[in-house]
Amino acid sequence: MSEGIPAEGARLDEPRLPPVTQLGMASLALIVAGGIYLSAHLPEHVPLTPAIVLLGASVLLFAGNVLALSRVQGFAWGRFFEVARWALLAYALIAGMIEYVFVRNHTSGGPLVVLTLSLVVFAVHVPLLIGFTVARYYET
Amino acid sequence: MAQAAVSPGLLVGEGSAPAAGPPAGLERPNFEIVPRRGLPIVAVILVALIVAVAANKLWPLMFLHVVGGASWTIIDLFLGFVLGPILGSLPVPARIALTTRLMPKMVLIMPTAVIVTLTAGWQLGTHLGFVLDTFYLHGWVLASYIVVGVMAVIALGLLEPANIAVLTELKKPQPRPEVIERLMKRFIYTSGATGLMQIATLVIMTKLASG
Repeated sequence: MSEGIPAEGARLDEPRLPPVTQLGMASLALIVAGGIYLSAHLPEHVPLTPAIVLLGASVLLFAGNVLALSRVQGFAWGRFFEVARWALLAYALIAGMIEYVFVRNHTSGGPLVVLTLSLVVFAVHVPLLIGFTVARYYET
Repeated sequence: MAQAAVSPGLLVGEGSAPAAGPPAGLERPNFEIVPRRGLPIVAVILVALIVAVAANKLWPLMFLHVVGGASWTIIDLFLGFVLGPILGSLPVPARIALTTRLMPKMVLIMPTAVIVTLTAGWQLGTHLGFVLDTFYLHGWVLASYIVVGVMAVIALGLLEPANIAVLTELKKPQPRPEVIERLMKRFIYTSGATGLMQIATLVIMTKLASG
């Protein structure tokens, strides 16, 4: 594999950035864990507390990510939104498909609310990660 | 096809330097980050998926789940263990040519394969009773959720952003080699990781299919 991966080249001269990717992956992992928990029980009765705790922790990480990113000086916000809005459209569509298949199978009440909110976090956090990864290397 | 020149250090680790100077003669083909010609095909597939889920018939669900899942698995394995190492050993112009032709297609193919597999798979599992906790192989079904979940976090958090960022960087008149290098490294490593997870998927799915 030594030829497969390039050796360390010139170092990137970029400003210090908050750990957006790491927080984003942690947030997504919590959402996925909640989704697995719900899916493991459906269509039977699901005790919602674990799923709500996972969702709440994921939302906190997302909010922390947005807050940390908003404080970065000179971030390429124009580029960020240019990319993130299209990614949002794509991932909203994907989230919509997942929501559709659960509604089609009569998921309702509390589980549907938790699932929907989880999908909302998923659908906004992935575009944030894509927009961030593109914008952090953007140079005017 | 319009061409643009890029630094010879692009996609190469050793001796890479920022492409601050004039282009050194390598050619970068013009390309679309998201190939628009592929969008109608994706739309047709998604409509077929909606219809299949609404109809809840065995064959269309099985067809979409198997085709989507086979595509997802084979592409991940091929990229992770065959094409990834080859890409790293190619001469620079060949790497650029392959990357700018392959990765835009991946932007459309992979999310489509994933959503078709998961949506049709859940509906199929519901139809066949596999998702019920009374199903005798429910533990295997849960294992599949976990494997897919780990792959999803890696793909969504690392692979997809790196893919888009590499293509965006390559669209610039003067792409920075060190940016491409870092992102390609991430792409190759995560492709390998998801390739390994796909082996687990194959084990689980063949167990579920054979009982």
